[in-house]
Amino acid sequence: MSLAELICPAGTPAALRTAVDAGADAVYCGFQDATNARNFPGLNFTPEELAASVAYAHDKGTKVLLALNTYPPAGKVDLWRQAADTGARLGVDAFIVADMGVADYIARTHPGVRLHLSVQAAASSPEAIRYYCENFAVKRVVLPRILTIPEIREIRKEIPCEIETFIFGNHGLMVEGRCSLTNYLTGQSTNMDGVCSPASDVEYRRHEDGSMSSQLAGFTIDCFGPDEKAGYPTICKGRYTAPHRSEGYYAFEEPISLNLSRLLPDLIDAGVHAFKIEGRQRSKSYVRGVVSAFRQAVDDIRAGRQANIADLVALTEGQKQTQGAFETKKWR
Amino acid sequence: MAVRDMTKLTLGPIAYHWSAEARRAFYARIADEAPIDEVYLGEVICSKRAPFHEADLPAIIERLQRGGKTVILSSLAEVMLKRERKATADLAAMDAPEIEINNAAGLFARGQRPHRIGPFMNAYNEATIAWMAAQGATHVCLPAELPAPSIAVAAKAARALGLGVEVQVFGRASLAVSARCYHARAHGRTKDNCQFVCEDDPDGMPLRTTDDRPILRVNGIQTQSESYIDLLPEAAQMIAQGVTHLRLMPQAVDMVAVAALFRDVLDGTRAPGAAETMLRELCDGVSFSNGFFYGQAGYRRIAAAAPA
Repeated sequence: MSLAELICPAGTPAALRTAVDAGADAVYCGFQDATNARNFPGLNFTPEELAASVAYAHDKGTKVLLALNTYPPAGKVDLWRQAADTGARLGVDAFIVADMGVADYIARTHPGVRLHLSVQAAASSPEAIRYYCENFAVKRVVLPRILTIPEIREIRKEIPCEIETFIFGNHGLMVEGRCSLTNYLTGQSTNMDGVCSPASDVEYRRHEDGSMSSQLAGFTIDCFGPDEKAGYPTICKGRYTAPHRSEGYYAFEEPISLNLSRLLPDLIDAGVHAFKIEGRQRSKSYVRGVVSAFRQAVDDIRAGRQANIADLVALTEGQKQTQGAFETKKWR
Repeated sequence: MAVRDMTKLTLGPIAYHWSAEARRAFYARIADEAPIDEVYLGEVICSKRAPFHEADLPAIIERLQRGGKTVILSSLAEVMLKRERKATADLAAMDAPEIEINNAAGLFARGQRPHRIGPFMNAYNEATIAWMAAQGATHVCLPAELPAPSIAVAAKAARALGLGVEVQVFGRASLAVSARCYHARAHGRTKDNCQFVCEDDPDGMPLRTTDDRPILRVNGIQTQSESYIDLLPEAAQMIAQGVTHLRLMPQAVDMVAVAALFRDVLDGTRAPGAAETMLRELCDGVSFSNGFFYGQAGYRRIAAAAPA
C-alpha cells in the first residue's frame, strides 16, 4: 500500500505555515530567483525565511522539499550550486531537480540529501526514470501529466524509485522542461528563468463592443464577451485560428484545471507514493481549503472509509476541470 | 578563413510528415547537389509516422553516403509508449551510423557508447555538457533558446572536452512538444485516430491570433515558431566562439539553395548581407527571427552589430 503523502505548495512563508497546519506531509518551495520554476514577483523564500520555515515544518513533522528545477544557462551554473549548498545547510529534506549538471553536483556534494526528479525533467518512461535513478540516486520521480493510470501502474513495476503525481491545480499541456513558448513571445524563459506567461507582460484590453481581450507581450491570447470572466493569458490555453478553423478555437487546451479527486483510490492502488498539489502562486486561503480537503480524503481512503469526494470536486466548482490524460488515452 | 572552412553545415531531421516519395526526392537532391556535410535522418516527432518511411532509410543512407555526407540517425523526442521505447532501444543498439539521442530513455539504452546529444536533450550548460561527455557524448546540439553569451560558454567547455558543438541557424524553432496531437485536435480527432492529417501541412499548420496575427505552427505533437530562425549574419560570431556545426532545419523551401548560401558565406565567397537578401527571396512570405540569440523574445528580428 502506498503511503499517499500529500505534497503541498508553499509560495510564501505564510502559505508554508498554512499548508503545514492544514496537514501537509511535505511542502515544496523555492528561492527568490531563477533556480525554480515559479520565479514570480512576490513569491518564494530568502535563505533566512527558509531557515525559519524548515524549523516550523520539522517541528510539526512536515518535510520541506526545495525546488531547484530549472535549467541553468551556461555561465550561470554557480547560482544553482549555491542554492543547493544553502538548502543542504538549512536542512531541507530533498531537492527537486531537472538539469543533469545540477543533479550531478548535488549527488556528489550533498549525497546525504534526497533527490527528487522534477516533472521538468520530462521522464515519461521506465528507461528515462532509471537513467536518473542509476546515475544520480534519484529516490522519487514526479511524473509528467501525460500518462494514464494503467500506464503509471506498469511504470511502477519497472522502476526502483517512488512515484509522485500531480492531482490538483494548473493543468500543464506541454511536456514540461521542453517548452519555450513564453520565451518566444516575451524573452523570458521557462527553463532558464523559471517564468511562464509573466504578469509583467500581461495586458487586458477592453474593446468598443464591450468585449475584452487578454494579451501577452502584445499578442492576443484570448477574447471574452462583455459578460464573460477574462482568463489569464497562458499561451497553451489560448484561442487561435487555423486555416480550417476560422472561428477561433482552443488549439491546445481550454482554460481548465486538473482535478483527480475521483481517481485518488485508483492512483493509490496503482502504487503512487505521493500526491502533488500545484499552486505556489495561490493564496493562503486557497492552500488552506485545498490541503484540508485532500488531507481528509486521503486519511479516509487510507483508513478504508468512503472519502467525501464531492467536497474535492466542489473546490473547482464554477471552473472547468479535467482528469486530463490520467483517465483515458482519448485526451491525446 | 581556415577556421570557417572547418565548420560543418548540417541538415537536421525532417520534423514534418512528408510523404515517403517526397523524402526520397528530397534526399536524392541533397545527396547530389547540397553543400552539406552531415545529415540527420529519422522520425523525431511522432512514432506513428515512422512506418511510412523507415523502409526507405537504408537506401537513403547509402545515397547520402555516396554523395559524401556523414549520416546520423536521430531518436524520438518523446518516449512513452511501448513502440517508442522499442524504437529508441533499437536505435541505441546500432553500431553504425552514428546516433543522436533526444530522450533520456535513449541515453539509458546507449550507456557509455559514443553518441551525439540532440537539441531536445536540454544541454543548457557546461556542467551538464561535462556530465554528458563523461557518459560518452561526442557532440552536442545546444537548445535553440540559448542566448549568445551562454552559447559561447557552452561551446568553449564542449570544445575543451573534444565535443562537436552545434546550433540551429535556419528554420522553425521547436517551442514545445506534448503527448497530445494538436493536428488531430484541430480536426476533431484524437492522436489514435488522427488519419495522418499532419501530412497536409509540409511546413506546419499556421495558427493566428484571433486578431489575425501569425503566431505559431502546429506539427503534430510539436509546436513550432511561426518565424524561421535565421542566424546567417551571426554565423561568424558563433564560429569564433567555438561552434563547429551549423544546423539547417528542413523547411518547405529550396533547401539546396539555402545550404549553398550558408556555404558561400562560410567560404567567404559571398558577403553575409548579400546572402541574407537572397535567403529572404528564397523564403518568400516567411518572417525571420533571431531574438533567442540576443536574449530577447524569440520571434523578434534584431539587427546584427556591424562587424568590427
